[in-house]
Amino acid sequence: MQALSDVDFEVRDGEVMALVGDNGAGKSTLIKCVAGIYSIDDGEVFFEGEPVSIHGPKDAARLGIEIVYQDLALCDNLDVVQNMYLGREVHDLLQRLQEPEMEQRTAETLKSLAVTTIGSIKHPVATLSGGQRQSVAVARAVMWNSRVVILDEPTAALGVAQTRQVLDLVKRLAQQGLAVVLISHNLLDIFEVSSRITVLRLGRNVGVFEREQTTQREIVEAITAGAPAEVAGPAGA
Amino acid sequence: MTTAAPETAEVEPETAPREGLAAIVGGYFERLRGGEVGILPVLFGLVLITLYFWSKNHNYVTAVNFNNIVVQMAGVSIIAMGVVFVLLLGEIDLSIGYVSGVGGVTVALLQQPEKSYQVGGLIAILLAVALGAAIGAFQGSFVALIGIPSFVVTLAGLLAWQGVVQKAIGEQGVITIQDDTINNVANYSLPANWGWGLAIGAAIGYALTVLLSVFSRRRARVTAQHPLLLVLKVVAIAALAFVVVRISNRAGGVPFAGVLVVALLIFWTYIARRTTFGRHVYAVGGNAEAARRAGISVKRIRIVVFMISSAMAVLGGVVFAARLTSVDLNAGGGTILLDAISAAVIGGTSLFGGRGNVRDAVVGALLISAIANGIDLVGYTSATRFIVTGVILLAAVTLDTVLRRRQAAVGR
Repeated sequence: MQALSDVDFEVRDGEVMALVGDNGAGKSTLIKCVAGIYSIDDGEVFFEGEPVSIHGPKDAARLGIEIVYQDLALCDNLDVVQNMYLGREVHDLLQRLQEPEMEQRTAETLKSLAVTTIGSIKHPVATLSGGQRQSVAVARAVMWNSRVVILDEPTAALGVAQTRQVLDLVKRLAQQGLAVVLISHNLLDIFEVSSRITVLRLGRNVGVFEREQTTQREIVEAITAGAPAEVAGPAGA
Repeated sequence: MTTAAPETAEVEPETAPREGLAAIVGGYFERLRGGEVGILPVLFGLVLITLYFWSKNHNYVTAVNFNNIVVQMAGVSIIAMGVVFVLLLGEIDLSIGYVSGVGGVTVALLQQPEKSYQVGGLIAILLAVALGAAIGAFQGSFVALIGIPSFVVTLAGLLAWQGVVQKAIGEQGVITIQDDTINNVANYSLPANWGWGLAIGAAIGYALTVLLSVFSRRRARVTAQHPLLLVLKVVAIAALAFVVVRISNRAGGVPFAGVLVVALLIFWTYIARRTTFGRHVYAVGGNAEAARRAGISVKRIRIVVFMISSAMAVLGGVVFAARLTSVDLNAGGGTILLDAISAAVIGGTSLFGGRGNVRDAVVGALLISAIANGIDLVGYTSATRFIVTGVILLAAVTLDTVLRRRQAAVGR
C-alpha cells in the first residue's frame, strides 16, 4: 500500500517545523521513515546537505535524529536518571554502572533546558505529572547531541499549565539551535511555537506555510480540502 | 514498594533546605506516605510472630532455635532470590520446585561412591548448577523467542521435571549422600573465631563501600546521602553482623548455609542494582516496549533471567538435599515452590514486574520459616501453618496492590 507519495519535507536548524494533517494523512508514516523504522521505497534524505541512507533506528540515532513518541516510552518504575540513560547507561569494563556521572549529566541537561519543576531526579517517573514526564522524554532526546528532535503530539494529554511548560521547552530547543519537528492537532499550539507549517493530506504534500504569512483558517482549509501541491522534488529531511 | 528505598534518599539541591536528623526523618516519612514502605511490614510481622511464639513456648527465642531457623530458611531464600528476578520481569517460574529437586538428585547421583562417574562434592554442585542454567535457558527460550506465556512453559516444566526426578531416583526410592562437602552445605557450622572474623569483615567491607560511594559522588559533584544517615547505616549493619554471630556462636557457631545466603544476597543485589544487566531487568519489567525501543535486547534479558532462576533453584535444592543427607522420590515437591514464590512476594517484590529487591527473598523466607518453625515448636498441625502462610501472602499482595496505586497517585 502506498502511504506517501511526492512528499517533500524539510526542517532547518533552529526552527520549529510543524507537521499537520488529518488522521491518516501520513504524518506518522513520514516520521517513521525519517527515524528509520520504515524504509522508503523511493526518494532521498539529505542531512546537512549530504545525501544519507537511513536503514534503521540506529542510523537515525547516529545522525542525531531522535523521536519523542506519543506514549513517551518511559519506564514508570525507574527514576528520571535511569530513564534518561535507558539502554545507554554509562558503565565501566565490568558493566558497573557509573551512577554519579549519569546523575550529574541528567541534572545539567535538565538545567540547560530550564526544567525546574522536577523535585528530585531520583524519584520514579511514575510519581511525575504528565508535563514533567514529557519534559523527561524530551530531555532524553536532547541529551545525546541530537540535531533533529521529532515530537509526536507532545501536548495531547496535558492540561493548560502543563501544555505551557512543554511549549516553552519546545521553543527553547529551537533557540538552542536544534531542528524541531512538531506533530500536533492543536493549531493554537502550532501557531504559538512554530516558524513554518507543513500540511499533509492523503499522503501528499499540500504545502509549506510561513506562520507569519498564514492564518489558522488557511491551515484548516489545507488540512481538510487542500489540493496536493505540484511538487515532485526529492523527499528530504 | 521496596524499589530503591535506600537509593532514593538523596535530596536534590533545590529541595534540600532541611538539615540533620529532621531532614532524614522527614524524608523517610515522605517516602512512606508515597508508598515506599520497604521491608517495614515484614519486620513488623517478624516482631509480632516472635512475641506470639515466645509467649507460647520460651524455647522459641533461643540461640539453638535461631540457628535452626537460619538453616531452615536457607534453601527457600536461595530459590526465592531467583524468583525475584523472574518477578521483576513480570513473569513467573512454576518449575523451580522440581528443578530444585533435579539439583538435589544430580548431586546425589554424582557423589555415589560405587559409581564410575563419581566426582567430588564441589564439582558435583557446580555441574548441577550448570545443568540448572541450561534448564533455565531451555525454558526461557520458549518464553522469549516463541512468546509462550511463562506460566504455561514453567507449568509444563513443573510436570516434566517431577517425572525426571522420579525416573532418576528409580526403584531404590532414595539416594543417600555420603559426600562431606555436599552435606556440609547445610550441616557445617563455622568455628567461633571464623564467625567473628566474618562479622568484622562485613562491617569493614560495608563501611568501605559506603566511603567509596561518597567519594565518587563528591567527585561528580552530586549530592550524597546525609553523612549522619550513612554513619547510622554502617553502625546498623555492623551491629546486626555482631549480634547474629554472638547468638549463633552460643549454639555451635554460624551455620555455613547462613553465610552462603548472605554471600548470594550481596552478589545478586550487586548484579541487580549496580550493573547494566540489572538495570535492564528492571527496565524490561517496567515497560518492555520502551526497553526494546531503547535498544535493550529484551529476549536476551528474559532468557538470562530464567537461567538465574533455574540455577538458583538447583542451588537451593542442594541445600535441601544436604539437610536431609539424602534425596527421595519427593525431592523438590511439597511446599518448596509455593514457599519460594511467597517469600519473594511477602518480602515486597511486586507480581506486576519492575519493583522489588533481592533482599525481599531473604526477609520473606525468614518470615515464612519463622512461622513454620514456631508452629512445629508449639505443636500446631501443618494445617495451621498453611492457613497462616496463606493469609500473610494475601496480605502482602494486597499491600503491594494498594501501595502501587498510591505511588502512582503521589505527585499527580
